[in-house]
Amino acid sequence: MTSRKYRPLPELLRFRLRSFYREPEAVFWTYGFPILLTVLLGIAFRNRPPERIIVDIEAGPGAEAVRGALAAGSADGAFDVLINEAEVCRERLRLGKCAIVVSPATSEAPPAYHYDPTQPASAYARVRVDDALQRSAGRADPLAVRDAPVTEPGSRYIDFLIPGLLGMNLMGGGMWGIGYVTVDLRVRKLLKRLVATPMPRGHFLLSMVGGRMAFVVPEIVVILLAGVLLFGFPIRGGWVSIFVVAFCGAVCFAGVGLLVACRAERLETVAGLLNVVMMPMWLLSGLFFSTSHFPDVLQPLVQALPLTQLLNALRAVILEGGSVTSQTVPLLYLLALGGVCFCLALRWFRWT
Amino acid sequence: MDTTPAILCRDLSKRYRQRQQAPVDALRGLDLEVRPEECFGLLGPNGAGKTTTVEILEGILPPTSGTVEVLGRRWGHDDRALRQRLGISLQETRLADKLTAFETLCLFRSFYRDGSDPEEVLATVGLSDKRDSWVVNLSGGQRQRLAVGCALVGQPELLFLDEPTTGLDPQARRSVWEVIRGQRQRGCTIVLTTHYMDEAERLCDRVAVVDEGRVIALGTPAQLIALLGGDHVIEFTLDANGDAPASAADELRRMDGVRGARRTNNTITLTVAEVHAVLPAVLRRLEARGDRLAWLTTRHASLEDVFVNLTGRHLSNDQQEVPTTA
Ligand SMILES: Nc1ncnc2c1ncn2[C@@H]1O[C@H](COP(=O)(O)OP(=O)(O)O)[C@@H](O)[C@H]1O
Ligand SMILES: [Mg+2]
Repeated sequence: MTSRKYRPLPELLRFRLRSFYREPEAVFWTYGFPILLTVLLGIAFRNRPPERIIVDIEAGPGAEAVRGALAAGSADGAFDVLINEAEVCRERLRLGKCAIVVSPATSEAPPAYHYDPTQPASAYARVRVDDALQRSAGRADPLAVRDAPVTEPGSRYIDFLIPGLLGMNLMGGGMWGIGYVTVDLRVRKLLKRLVATPMPRGHFLLSMVGGRMAFVVPEIVVILLAGVLLFGFPIRGGWVSIFVVAFCGAVCFAGVGLLVACRAERLETVAGLLNVVMMPMWLLSGLFFSTSHFPDVLQPLVQALPLTQLLNALRAVILEGGSVTSQTVPLLYLLALGGVCFCLALRWFRWT
Repeated sequence: MDTTPAILCRDLSKRYRQRQQAPVDALRGLDLEVRPEECFGLLGPNGAGKTTTVEILEGILPPTSGTVEVLGRRWGHDDRALRQRLGISLQETRLADKLTAFETLCLFRSFYRDGSDPEEVLATVGLSDKRDSWVVNLSGGQRQRLAVGCALVGQPELLFLDEPTTGLDPQARRSVWEVIRGQRQRGCTIVLTTHYMDEAERLCDRVAVVDEGRVIALGTPAQLIALLGGDHVIEFTLDANGDAPASAADELRRMDGVRGARRTNNTITLTVAEVHAVLPAVLRRLEARGDRLAWLTTRHASLEDVFVNLTGRHLSNDQQEVPTTA
């Protein structure tokens, strides 16, 4: 018989890891789901050719002339033109089926544009239509210009989105992976069984957080690689910096998850609490669009959310190639918040 | 031999306070003394307070009042040192589903300074062939034996087993009993709770009968059965209705050699010292009364009879309450 050393912390860590990777659902939600989400959102927001402008022309003697003028006046053929009865045109404009309606010129009146100036698409259509009609009426542009369109990786929506998904996963994985699992152990009375042994209690909580850290590494690699391979996502920062930032986020959310789960006695309770805590961050932390869109009164709240700080740091490091030291303040904030939550959780923890 | 009691508790009470409900007095002045190296049984029906008692003894639950000494020490300072010497199996623990039996034992082994090799423990509880099976894939009996194995892996001086065989089939129960007997022989002190009278009779050196948070009888199984006045039971059912069974019970109770009589509906249970002397007389008396027998059996008296005698109720819930005739 081999004499082997048995030490609590490594055994507890092994217990956490095995319980995770032997559970196919847990593996899917941690690794499969974010890839799937990246792919779906990436496809939904991929760069499309410029939108075409739908123009309705009121039927009448001058209608065909307007159609011809539009075609002649725009080099890229940006217009989809339809000729309809006047009422039909107005109806379609109201419903948003066309962006602008043109009434051809008559003997009494010049041509008229019917459009909604509060709608960006409609206002844009008016500018383009007018430009085309003026040009084919003989307007000459005094200034010669040159177009240089940009579709460079790094400035696309998907590039903004991928660090967001990574942050969302670090949050969800930490909160569910620790909060839910802790309550499950409590419901099973396994926690009670463990404290009936001489196990050091702090070792147990450390193993929960430590186990979570071990899952973070593949999580980061999987999501970023999916972005690189599928969408040519540009990683400008160093991997070490990225890992440091992600670890700080993971520590923070592990602490928050443990705190949320420290008293709950039912799985339903902890699921509800986790959603309540995560909901404001999904909405306000700039996952899908920049936090600068929120009004100033909301900004203190928005900036206090740990996910906001994590996403800012992730984007700065990944997209802009920022260094870890440039992110010292948000990272210290994350670590401090996680540490405070961990200490409170240890204090209030319900073992039985 | 060490003579300090393995467990000593005095006037233990426990009140559970619940939100929006009346508080429950689970223990009302319970005293216990468990001697070193004995197998001590707490026998009582569901809700008697057995689990509450052992969890207080195990230091998991604080008592509302009363004193507890375990292995000569009290809970509250250096608890981990005391836990090193205890082995515990809770009434209801679902061990981690996706660990194997062996991994589970290694986990529990790691919490103890000294302990057994997990492989040996697997052999002790008869799970060597299930070494690499996940806990989810074990049967109820195998899981229970693994739970007992987790209690043994620290080589405890004192072992607590809360309802170790509840819900198991007869074969699985016997294999758990074998494990417990083995520990008893090793010199381990065992505190066992059960609501099966046969389990207490077979395994325990001494039994405390617990009901409504108190010890209502204490002694070896033989001593407790002797409380009945006789260690045989004659039980029969009358094919009759109306008052006949009640008056028959009253009449038989006064007969020579009958130490006790009680009635459940048409069934009468007599406690007697000598079946061969009493049975013919009982049959003659019934015939003389004109009562007809539907069924009759004789057996050794059990702790179940002791419990019914003391409380008027049966140990397990699936039998009905006994109308008062005693
Ligand atoms: N956590 C609790 N909260 C409220 N009442 C409880 C709790 N645990 C046990 N009880 C009550 O205390 C009494 C004794 O329970 P228990 O010790 O589990 O009995 P046993 O183990 O003998 O079946 C029962 O009436 C039970 O309903
Ligand atoms: Mg119980």
